[in-house]
Amino acid sequence: MQGWRRLLWPRLAQGLVSAPLTDPPPVPPEEVVQALVARLEAAAQTRLGRSLAIRQVDAGSCNGCELEINAMQNVVHDLERFGLRFVASPRHADVLLVTGPLTRNMREALLRTAECMPEPKWVVAAGDCAVDGGSFKDSYAVEGGIDAALPVDLLIPGCPPTPTQLLEGMLALIEAQRAGG
Amino acid sequence: MSDTLLRLIRHGQEQGCRPHQRYLLDRAQWATLVAALADMPEVALLGLWGDPGQVHAALLIEDGLLIASCGVPDGRFAAFSPVRPGAVLFERMIRDLWGFVAEGGTDQRPWLDHGRWPVTGPLAANPAPNGMAPPQPVFLPVEGEGVHQIPVGPVHAGIIEPGHFRFHVQGETVVRLEARLGYLHKGQIGLMLGKPAPVAARFAARLSGDSTVAHGWAFAQGVEAALGITPSPRALALRALMAELERLHNHLNDWGFLCNDASFAWLHARAGALREAVLRAANTAFGHRLMMDRVVPGGVSDDLRPGGDAAIRAALAMVAAELPALEAVYDSHASLQDRMVGTGVITPALAMLFAAGGVVGRASGRGFDARRRPGYAPYAPAEAAVLTAGDVDARARIRLAEMHRSVALAKGLLESLPPGELLVPLPQRGGEGLGLVEGFRGECLHWVALDDEGLVRAVFPRDPSWLHWPLLEAAIEGNIVADFPLINKSVNASYSGVDL
Repeated sequence: MQGWRRLLWPRLAQGLVSAPLTDPPPVPPEEVVQALVARLEAAAQTRLGRSLAIRQVDAGSCNGCELEINAMQNVVHDLERFGLRFVASPRHADVLLVTGPLTRNMREALLRTAECMPEPKWVVAAGDCAVDGGSFKDSYAVEGGIDAALPVDLLIPGCPPTPTQLLEGMLALIEAQRAGG
Repeated sequence: MSDTLLRLIRHGQEQGCRPHQRYLLDRAQWATLVAALADMPEVALLGLWGDPGQVHAALLIEDGLLIASCGVPDGRFAAFSPVRPGAVLFERMIRDLWGFVAEGGTDQRPWLDHGRWPVTGPLAANPAPNGMAPPQPVFLPVEGEGVHQIPVGPVHAGIIEPGHFRFHVQGETVVRLEARLGYLHKGQIGLMLGKPAPVAARFAARLSGDSTVAHGWAFAQGVEAALGITPSPRALALRALMAELERLHNHLNDWGFLCNDASFAWLHARAGALREAVLRAANTAFGHRLMMDRVVPGGVSDDLRPGGDAAIRAALAMVAAELPALEAVYDSHASLQDRMVGTGVITPALAMLFAAGGVVGRASGRGFDARRRPGYAPYAPAEAAVLTAGDVDARARIRLAEMHRSVALAKGLLESLPPGELLVPLPQRGGEGLGLVEGFRGECLHWVALDDEGLVRAVFPRDPSWLHWPLLEAAIEGNIVADFPLINKSVNASYSGVDL
């Protein structure tokens, strides 16, 4: 009990006067949202609602993108406050977030993961490698961008993209659903 | 003992590798070397790789690092794996990339080559077209009553790199774990060949993104040794500053995730907040959160930016202020200790046999730290923290100790940043060099040979994880399946780093 008193009350008091740890929400670029709305309408997709479950697949990255995707979950970026969350099973996912220059050795695993996902779904290619193969596109072991295997809805370039850029992309998906629905 | 081995290797022809010599042995000398290693557990095999005509072995003998090479005119060489089990993955990789067979090797299964590339032996002098369907992978057998298999991956539940784990379990107890990697093979070495050193450096920086500074530095060190140039004291100090920030943010990340895997989300959240502060300071100071491509052959690409000094100091102060409180929580919760202590033990004998570096080695009694031995500027030789328990707890505690040290080192570097130019121009000539830089996982070793036009003729970037993956398989044995995430995170080997 003594320990609780010592720790809890000063912290609560501090919380009342100090600013939150979290960053203000990033604003997705309007033209990206509009392009996604156009894609939604063209595909006549059903609305997914204002919450998205994300399944991430590393299809060849150097793990730099994974570091920044993980950082989206820290207390500063806190992606869950936007209704975004990562899920373990592709069967629960609305978004397939893919990184890496699609290695030949990962193609089948990526396709199988995508096949497990229910429709409608978004496919997002994150990082310069996922966009077009990046530095690795001329290799015997690499297919190029993620669009070599799957139709991609949104590209988030960067080497690696920052957590803020990644969040902008994810929020653009949510905005597009709101605007398009 | 080591003297006879050194004499034996030095009978070979010197190949002019700097600062650590490379000796070309004939087949008989190579075979004698392999046989002699059986009685010398203190000699560490740090790496084994090929080029289109030879195989090379990096050996650490007492305080000296050297490379022994042997020609492979008929595509065969005497295997190291019977005397150094850590050589198994290297031998399988050499066969997949160059097509050389390790004679007497203890494991001849493919490793990086899943049968999905358009060629076999992509780095051999004459790669052969591949028209076969990808074969089913073969796993080591397990016998016994009630044994069943759990296949996991390559796509895992969390946001981590892909790899397949095959567990053989009896009830809840893991009898054998085998990792099957190679899913991230991007053809790194092939892409670096024929490129000028500054271009190839971009691939070294992307071998394993979390170690981009350490790998970039090790490659640059190799190139600079090959060309006989030395970066300015300022460039070296800035490199070390970046390397310590990299160590700090990765250790914060690993330690936080370890606590999270034992259901202590609060420690994970706080470690994440501290790490974010370090990354933002790095961004302010160097213009990139992970400091990618800032280390280049000849020096560094950028000076410390305005406001960078203050930003780094503030982040270091924040970490230094909070770390003791987080350690106190770690120390005072029995439920956390219960998960960590005695879990995933890597014995000192195994760590020595596999030449485990970094946190994994230092938590199991092997105190090797490239910053001290062979040592490189601007580091002053200092003993690293070493424990012998070899369990998850020991690896967590080594990380904590190293965080304190990195904070102190980074502060010291900031306080005495020497003047000097940022970049020394690279002369256009040939040469061969070996770089060794202590990253957060362990020593990053880069061997590079440049031709007379300064283009990369041969190269091998060796991530420390090569020596850690087999130890993960050993650490899990006899533990319960539910502790695997914890043990895996405590080792945190890189997938991309070894998949090349």
